[in-house]
Amino acid sequence: MTDHSETAVLGKDSAPVIAEEELVEGSSLWKDAWARLRKNKVAVGSLVVFVLICLFCVLGPFLSPYDSNAQDLFSGAEGPSADHWFGTDTLGRDLMVRVMVGGRISLMVGLVATVVALAIGVIYGATAGYIGGKVDASMMRFVDLLYALPFTIFVILLMVAFGRSMWLMFVAIGCVEWLSMARIVRSGVLSLKKQEFVEAAVSLGYSHSRIILRHLIPNVLGPVIVIATLTVPAVMLLEAFLSFLGLGVQPPNASWGVLINEGQANMEIYPWLLLFPAAFFAVTLFCLNFIGDGLRDALDPKSAKD
Amino acid sequence: MLKFIALRLLQGMLVLLGIYAVTFVLVAATPGSPFSSERAIAPEILAQIEAFYGYDKPLGERFITSLGNVLQGEFGPSAVYANRTVTQIIAESFPVSIKLGSISLLLALVLGVPAGILAAVKRNTWLDYLPMSVSMAGICLPTFVMGPLLALVFGLILKMLPVAGWYGPEYVVLPATTLGLYYAAYFARLTRGGMLEMLNQDWVRTARAKGVPEHTIIWKHCLKGGLIPAITFLGPALAGIISGSFVVETIFQIPGLGQWFVRAALNRDDFLVLGLTVLFAAMIVIMNLLVDIVQVALNPRLKYD
Amino acid sequence: MRAFARLFLVAILGLTVTSCGGGIPETEKAAQEGILLMGNGSEPKGLDPHLVTGVPESTIIRSLLEGLIASHPTNDLEPAPGMAESWESNEDFSVWTFHLRDAQWSNGDPVLASDFVYSWQRILSPELGAEYAPMLYLIENAEQFNRGEIEDFSQVGVKALDDKTLQVTLQGSTPHFLNVIKHTSYFPVNPRAVEENGGMLDRQSGWSTFENYVGNGAFQLKEWVTNQVIEVERSPTYWDAETVRLNGIRFYPIDNANTEETMFRNDRLHMTNTVNPDKIPFFQEEMPEEMSITPYLGVYFYRLNVTREPFTDVRVRRALALALDKQTIVERVTKGGQAPATGFVPAGIPGYEPSTAVQYDPDEARRLLAEAGYAGGEGFPRTEIMINTSEAHRKIAEAIQALWREELGIDVGIYNQEWKVYLDSQSNLDYDISRSAWIGDFVYPSTFTDMFTTGNGNNDTGWSNTRYDALVAQSWVAETEEERMELFHEAEDLLLEEMPIIPIYWYTRVKLMSPMVQEWHPKLLDAHPYKYVWLQPNGDAGE
Repeated sequence: MTDHSETAVLGKDSAPVIAEEELVEGSSLWKDAWARLRKNKVAVGSLVVFVLICLFCVLGPFLSPYDSNAQDLFSGAEGPSADHWFGTDTLGRDLMVRVMVGGRISLMVGLVATVVALAIGVIYGATAGYIGGKVDASMMRFVDLLYALPFTIFVILLMVAFGRSMWLMFVAIGCVEWLSMARIVRSGVLSLKKQEFVEAAVSLGYSHSRIILRHLIPNVLGPVIVIATLTVPAVMLLEAFLSFLGLGVQPPNASWGVLINEGQANMEIYPWLLLFPAAFFAVTLFCLNFIGDGLRDALDPKSAKD
Repeated sequence: MLKFIALRLLQGMLVLLGIYAVTFVLVAATPGSPFSSERAIAPEILAQIEAFYGYDKPLGERFITSLGNVLQGEFGPSAVYANRTVTQIIAESFPVSIKLGSISLLLALVLGVPAGILAAVKRNTWLDYLPMSVSMAGICLPTFVMGPLLALVFGLILKMLPVAGWYGPEYVVLPATTLGLYYAAYFARLTRGGMLEMLNQDWVRTARAKGVPEHTIIWKHCLKGGLIPAITFLGPALAGIISGSFVVETIFQIPGLGQWFVRAALNRDDFLVLGLTVLFAAMIVIMNLLVDIVQVALNPRLKYD
Repeated sequence: MRAFARLFLVAILGLTVTSCGGGIPETEKAAQEGILLMGNGSEPKGLDPHLVTGVPESTIIRSLLEGLIASHPTNDLEPAPGMAESWESNEDFSVWTFHLRDAQWSNGDPVLASDFVYSWQRILSPELGAEYAPMLYLIENAEQFNRGEIEDFSQVGVKALDDKTLQVTLQGSTPHFLNVIKHTSYFPVNPRAVEENGGMLDRQSGWSTFENYVGNGAFQLKEWVTNQVIEVERSPTYWDAETVRLNGIRFYPIDNANTEETMFRNDRLHMTNTVNPDKIPFFQEEMPEEMSITPYLGVYFYRLNVTREPFTDVRVRRALALALDKQTIVERVTKGGQAPATGFVPAGIPGYEPSTAVQYDPDEARRLLAEAGYAGGEGFPRTEIMINTSEAHRKIAEAIQALWREELGIDVGIYNQEWKVYLDSQSNLDYDISRSAWIGDFVYPSTFTDMFTTGNGNNDTGWSNTRYDALVAQSWVAETEEERMELFHEAEDLLLEEMPIIPIYWYTRVKLMSPMVQEWHPKLLDAHPYKYVWLQPNGDAGE
């Protein structure tokens, strides 16, 4: 089957991303990339905003006088005020601190699920590509097979089975997202394998795992980083979808998805309940997407030769 | 080419078989059962119900029986919706989804592709950032916010469009826009990437040096190749739209297939889950095949292999 | 692709057209045609009265079929004549005789007493696997037949004495029998239709599909588009067709409360099925005419798993119950005019004074908790509330969690499970605290008190009390109504003293309803006889 999803994210076959000259002087690849990224004003701006949002979510709750689960049923759903800058939700909880804590959860879902996907995808893809032949073929058929599984059903069943633990939920999402990574890594490794330095390593008698870990994986890192950056927002959006179904994080915790879902139901009467979490969510996703696009431009020497 | 198609179809059949097995195991392993009921059921009665649907048999036997039925095109009854077969449910809702999905895709293309081309041509300028930002709105706001927002503005406030239902052309606009916006972002990104790659080819440089006008380069030489990634994505996008339009269907009360994907899984309606999975997988297989054929047509340097 | 492109253009065109003129609102048009538009929750799982279990299904079935006794438009206890023209019972209410009227099925068959015998045999047949068969266990030997202990249906206490006379012999004295048989599980089905479509014992029998449906009710099926609409139209064969004022009803399966509300406000529904609780105060303020809140015979409660620490200790159970300020919960969280449940059996059952045993008493709660060895929540084991996935349950659980923390200093977790998994966990006693609800099947206390007897399939708490069992058993054979009510009270008091459950609130039915809808009266079971309902169009005002 055709490789779809990595083209969906990267927009092209990723194998030639690492051209030979970069391999010779690996470090300058990253230096060049950084220089190129810095030229991309939107990507840099996005990075700054994203870091600020992360700081807000991580440090904010320590500075806020409110507890994210402390209720005051008698001051439920009040608009923004000097006491509660973002207002309160229907159970009288301070929305600002809930947005911060929700952000921690959403970002964590994005991050952890992506790391899980990354770990599975990279190891699987590299192994398939490195061993090649029949093993590769059958391993990739298996990926094809999973691609054709309807994702909605798959995720819901996994969530129904594992939903009680937040960490298992991350893993469940990660298990669904690793396919594209496996394909990218595999095609990268496949083309690298034929190159001289790998052949040299083989002739020096290095072990397979050492070759995979030390030589192959670092050299396909570029496209992997790009796809990872773009996976984070995709995962966050997926988490929001699960929240809409009520399958998200367990109460009384709330991710941005949960908050947004709560807010959209009441957007006419309590607009702030939608506005604040949705704004943070949207801005974060915008930033991550632009960072991902910027990284792809920067790490792709061919499109950067202008 | 016929050989290629035949081979790919054969491969596809194997994938479907694999999918069926994987789903069967997954469904069997998930807790809960289609017959769990709020009111207590006497064990004798539960046993009768289970026997009716063949759940009293061992797992292996059930798998073989159901597989046999599926191979004969019979997906069995819904375990939750009385008197309805899986085939009926799919036959009723699939056309609705196809219609909604195609219109949404069209909209996504109309929005996304020009945005992507513009962004690639005017790279790293405001004409890159602006269209990309606009087209990204759809993947930065969940559809369950976008949908009600559109319904509120165009339905309740401006009173221009119906807020829900599926009765005529005007009912398509809001849901198709909501779905289309989501996919527009992907098409914009893919087109931009594809165009950038074409524009950075050596022969484009040569052509520029020779003084070939820029618009000729863009429209005549680069567009075709630049669109390939977007076209490749059409297949999965359509499959995704059809199975993943749950939110939009719920919000706009549309009798499509997307609702069933979620409802079947939540109801633990095992036969329906299996039927939908096979349908989805078949769609993916066929779409991919079509995409491959189109790709070769667009880029004669590729060959069937 | 071109066809779709054209459709898209038409859509754009449609947009401009509809934006030019407002036109007559759908609700107005439908009111003029005499068609009621109502939101009806979710897509019905079927329309077979013997197999369905849900509310959206019975809402529709009640328009298509009619039992021996029909629902009275205003009074919940008053039996209205249905298929039975008249009826009588022996002195101790254990043998009932029904005299059927000359009524017709929609396929032209006359409605006979034997149809009821056939129907009740059908629902009681073990092979059919009807979940609601226990509703008929009041009838002599019905349970034994349903469990397969008796194979000969003639031993079950239902007989057609002739074409028009049905005699029912019950297990014991049952003065409220006429109330019970209003339930859909007692509805008749047309034997010929069932036999022609797979027979009596076929769960997937096709008689109840759109094409084959045969009814004896005020309406008949006109259209059924899955996930979109079920439309019924007035039936020409109904015995009381003259009374029927509506020409039809469209039931819309709308899962999402906000979609439903948007449709109502877009003038596409005369009434909704539900309302988002947070918006109730807003609607009460903005559109008081449309807001309808009526009592509903149901109780929202938490089950405590008495087989698990710390709920093995009755003091802990009582402490948790007394610590809840339920008034605040109904005012600030559920907001739909619900009554704080001071007992288990909801208020509103004529002749049964609701219990006031469970009051908000935080001091007593703290004292009990300390007595149990958890003073100030110290050392209280980690327990969790299990809810099924829903925004409303989630909010209530979060509020209760906070109230317990505040009053008792105990920290209780919450987790949600998908419906089917939740049901399994509950019946396997795989939980600490479980969110529950019970809606009465008929208007009588026994529909609530029966469930907590030892080993009852709906008990689901592990609680067992021989005195309670004895009280309930006595209530089945009590000779007078006063004695019976006294026994119910004693049983309920015992239940509330032992507290395997924490009652939280008594339900209300909250809807948005257009003032066009007439003769729609509050009903405790929300079972409205549609034949009296009619619509008052706004006339010129609507344009």
